[in-house]
Amino acid sequence: MTGRGPGTIIGFPHKRTSIFFLSCVSASISGDTGVIHVLESEADLEWPLSKGPNPPYMVLLESSLFTKSIMMKMKNASSRVAGVVVVPKTSPPEFSPHTTCPNENTGVYTETYDHNLAHCNTTVWNPRGNGLSYEEFDFPVFSLKEDNETEVIKQCYFDHNRVVNGSGLQYPLCAMQLFSHMHAVTDTATCMRRSSMDFSTSPVMVCDPLGGYNVCAFIRPYNSTAFGHKENESVVIAAARLDSKAFFLEDSTGAEGSVSGFVTLLAAAQALCEATQEAPRTRNILFAFFHGEVFDYIGSSRMVYDMKNNMFVIDLDNVHSILEIGQVAVRSGTNLFLHSDPVSRRNNTVHDEVTNLVKNLQSSTAGLNFSFVETDFSQPLPPSSFQRFLRARAIPGIVLADHQTDFNNRYYESFYDNAAHLNLTYPSNLSPEEQLEFVTDTAKSLTEVATAVARTLFKQAGGNNSQVNKINADPKTVTQMLYGFLVRSNNSWFQVLGSSLRCVFCLSEPNPPQYYVGVAKSSHQANALTYLVQYLLANLTGTATNLTQSQCKKPDELPNESTYLYSYLWVQGMVPPNSTQRESFCVRTAVRLVKAVSPAFDLGDYVSKEYSTWTKSQWKFIKARIFLVASRDLEMLTLGVGVAVLFTSLLVTYFVSTKADVLFSSVREPNNAAY
Amino acid sequence: MTASVFFGCTFIAFGPAIALFLFTIARDPLRVIFLIAGAFFWLCSLLLSSLVWFITVQISNKESSSQQKGLLIFGVVLSVLLQETCRFGYYKLLKKANEGLLMLSAEETMPISIRQLAYVSGLGFGFMSGAFSMVNILADSVGPGTTGIHGDSQHYFLSSAFMTMAIILLHMFWGVVFFDSCEKQHWWSLAVVVISHLLVSCLTFQNPQYVGSLVPTYIIVFLVGLWAFFCSGGSLRNLKLCLTCKDKDFLLANHRPR
Repeated sequence: MTGRGPGTIIGFPHKRTSIFFLSCVSASISGDTGVIHVLESEADLEWPLSKGPNPPYMVLLESSLFTKSIMMKMKNASSRVAGVVVVPKTSPPEFSPHTTCPNENTGVYTETYDHNLAHCNTTVWNPRGNGLSYEEFDFPVFSLKEDNETEVIKQCYFDHNRVVNGSGLQYPLCAMQLFSHMHAVTDTATCMRRSSMDFSTSPVMVCDPLGGYNVCAFIRPYNSTAFGHKENESVVIAAARLDSKAFFLEDSTGAEGSVSGFVTLLAAAQALCEATQEAPRTRNILFAFFHGEVFDYIGSSRMVYDMKNNMFVIDLDNVHSILEIGQVAVRSGTNLFLHSDPVSRRNNTVHDEVTNLVKNLQSSTAGLNFSFVETDFSQPLPPSSFQRFLRARAIPGIVLADHQTDFNNRYYESFYDNAAHLNLTYPSNLSPEEQLEFVTDTAKSLTEVATAVARTLFKQAGGNNSQVNKINADPKTVTQMLYGFLVRSNNSWFQVLGSSLRCVFCLSEPNPPQYYVGVAKSSHQANALTYLVQYLLANLTGTATNLTQSQCKKPDELPNESTYLYSYLWVQGMVPPNSTQRESFCVRTAVRLVKAVSPAFDLGDYVSKEYSTWTKSQWKFIKARIFLVASRDLEMLTLGVGVAVLFTSLLVTYFVSTKADVLFSSVREPNNAAY
Repeated sequence: MTASVFFGCTFIAFGPAIALFLFTIARDPLRVIFLIAGAFFWLCSLLLSSLVWFITVQISNKESSSQQKGLLIFGVVLSVLLQETCRFGYYKLLKKANEGLLMLSAEETMPISIRQLAYVSGLGFGFMSGAFSMVNILADSVGPGTTGIHGDSQHYFLSSAFMTMAIILLHMFWGVVFFDSCEKQHWWSLAVVVISHLLVSCLTFQNPQYVGSLVPTYIIVFLVGLWAFFCSGGSLRNLKLCLTCKDKDFLLANHRPR
C-alpha cells in the first residue's frame, strides 16, 4: 500500500501533568483490525460509534471530514474504533492542527518576562488551531494517497459492508488491519531512561531526539575553529526557519509557513553577495536558516546555547541586531508588517536601534510596490526564532510578516499549506522545464521583499547609501526556487546546483522534499531539505573555482585556499549541449552546517522547561492490509466440529482397539496365529 | 481466521489419525518404526513427482492457461501412480524384511503380521500426505482474516480439513486392501485401489464446488473402509457380537492358545 502512517509518537513533558503525544500511542503490536466503514458525512458517524453491530470499525474518511469534532467523537468511542484512515482530497476552507499559541512555553513571553503577554493573552496567533496534532489517540491514524489501492478498499466496502435497506449485514465482511506499533512509551524522560538503561554493547534505543542541522553563512567568514567572542566584531543576523510539520509528518509542505521565509532570505543573500563583492562594511552579516523551529525552537535554542557557552564562532556580545523573515507570501493588502518586542524596547538603547532598523527597512522599499508598516507597540512578537535570542539577551530586532495581528495562514502547519495555497499557478500548456522558468506573481512579490531585505541588511551593515539601489533580487531565481521547493524537486536547476555524492539528495523523486525536521542522526547526514538549502546558498553566495575533484576534497594543500574559512563543495554542474557528461566544478563557500539538536539532550535534562525535549519513537514497520473476516459464529462452529470429531474418533478407536480380537478374528483362517 | 479456526481445522483433519496413533501404534515401538518408514516412502514418491512437475512447468508455456490446466491434471495422475508404486515397493521391502527378521529372531513366529504392517504403512502414508496437504493451510488460518476477498468461497479452510481427514482414512484403508491383494495375488483388486485413488484425486478438480468433491469422496471412504474391514478379517457377525456385548462369550467359546 502507498499509505503512510504518521509513524511517530513524540513525547514532550508539558508543565501540566498530562503528557502530549502525536497520535497512535496504543497501537497494538499485532496490528489493529476493524471492519471497514467509509464515512460519508458527519451524521454517518453514528454507525461505527453506536449503531453498527460489528465493532470495532476501521473508519475511512476523506479530508473534508477530517475535523476536530469528528476525531474527538471517535476518540471518545475508541473501544469501537480500531483505526482511522484519511484520504486527502480537496482542501477545506481552513484547517490547522497546531495549537492556537505555537511554542508558547519556549518563546520569550513567559510569566516572568511579561505577565500580560504570556500565553497569547493579547494576540492569539493561530486562532484556527484545533490542536489535533497534540491529541492522544488509542488507535492508529493513517493517511492514504488517492490512487488505485484506495479504490480497491472502497470497492471492497461497497461489495461486502454496505447496509441495504436496514437489513442485517451478511458475513464475511471486509476488514482492514493497520500495523504501526511504536516502541516508546509515556514521555521523553521515561523513554530516554529506558534506552539508557540498556547496558549491552549495542543498546536498543526506543526513541530518538529530533534535530538536524542549521545552515549558516557569514558574508565575511571567520576561522571556524576559533570559538567565542571576537573582538571588535559586530554581526547582523538575518534569520529564517526551514522546517514545518503537518498532522501526518511526512506530508508536511509548509509553503507559507517556512518556504516563503527562507526562499526570500536565499534571494536576499544572492542579491547582497553580488553587490558587495568590493564594498567593505563595518558589520558582518550572518545568514542563519534554523531547523526544528516548529518543535519548540530546536535550531535557534541550540545556536543561542552554543553562543553562550563559547561553542560558536561568535557570541551574544557580537550580535548587533536580528532581522527575521517570517511568513511573507499571503498578503492581505500591499503592506508587510514589522513586529518588534515591546518589553526589550523599554530600554532606550534597544529602542533606538530598533527604530533605526525600522527606518532602514522603510527606506528600502522606495521604488517597490509595497511598504513596511510597524505593528501596534503593545503587541508581542509572533512565534519566531528571534524570541530565543531575546530570552538570552535584549537584542534589537524585527520580524517581518504578512499578518498584522493573527496569521493570514489558514493552514498553519497542515498539509494543505502547499503550492496551491500560495496561488502558484502555471499556464497549462507549459512543459515542466518551461514551468521552472515561468515567473509567477507570487515569485514577483517575494522578489520585491527580498530586494528590500537585502537593501536593509546592506544599510545595517554600514554600507554606502549610494550603492543601495543597485541591489536587486533576481525574480528568476525566486521562481525557480519556489518551483523546486513546492512543485517538483528533480528539476534541471536543482540538479545543476546539487551534489552528485549525497544520495539523500539524489532527487530521483519528483515530489518536494519533506519539511519535517526528522531525527538527529548520529552519522553526519542531514535530510534532503538541509542539503538543498546548503547547496543553493553555496552556489548563490559562493564562488566557482577551477579546482579538480581531488583538490576540492583537500584544498589545504593549495596556497590560496583554506578550509578554516571556507568549505568546498563539489557541484554537479550542467550538461553542455554536445555531450552527456556533466561539467562538475568546485565551489568555495562560507556556508556551514551547524548541528541543531536541543541542548536538553546534551545536558541530559529530559524534563527541561527551558529547551525542547521532543523525541520520536522508533518503530519496526508501518503497513496495512485488507481481507475478509468471518463471523464469530462460524469460527466457533469450526472449533466445535473439530473437538467433536476428535472426541468421536478417540471413542471409536478405543472401542475398536479393545475389541480388535473379536472384530478382526476370522473363522476362515483358523491357522493364523498372530494378530 | 484466528486460533479457533486453526484448532478446529487441525482437529478435524488429524483427529482420527491422532486417535489411531495414540491407541494402536504408540505403545509398540516396532509399529512406530514401520509407520515412520511408510511416511518416508510416501515422501519419496512426492519428491519424484515434484521433480517431474518442476521440470515440466519450467519447459512449459507459462502464459497458456489451458496448458497449465493440462499440466496440473498430468501432475495429479502421475503423483497418484507414483504413490501407488511406492506403496508396492514398500510392500516388497517389507516382505523381504520379514524373512530376514524371522531368521534373526529367537521366536518362532513373526513379531508383526503382514496385516498389521499393511495398516501401519497405510496410516504412515496418510499422516505424511495429510501433513503436506494441510500444514500450509493451517498456518494461514491463524491470521485474522478468511478467504474470499477475490470472490472465492469462504469455506476453504473447513473443506480442506474434511478432505484431508478423508485422504488420511483412505490411505489407511488402501494400505490394508493393497497388501491383502498382493498377498493373495488378486491383481484386479489392486487395480481397483489405484483407480479409486485416481478417482478421489480427480474429484478435487471440482473445487471450489466443495459439495461436489466432498460428498463423493466420503462415499468412497465408506465403501473402501467396508472393503478393508472385510479384508482384514471382519465380518458382520463379529460386528454384531461386539455391539451387543456378547464378545466375552465368543472368546471363551473360541478359546485358542496364544
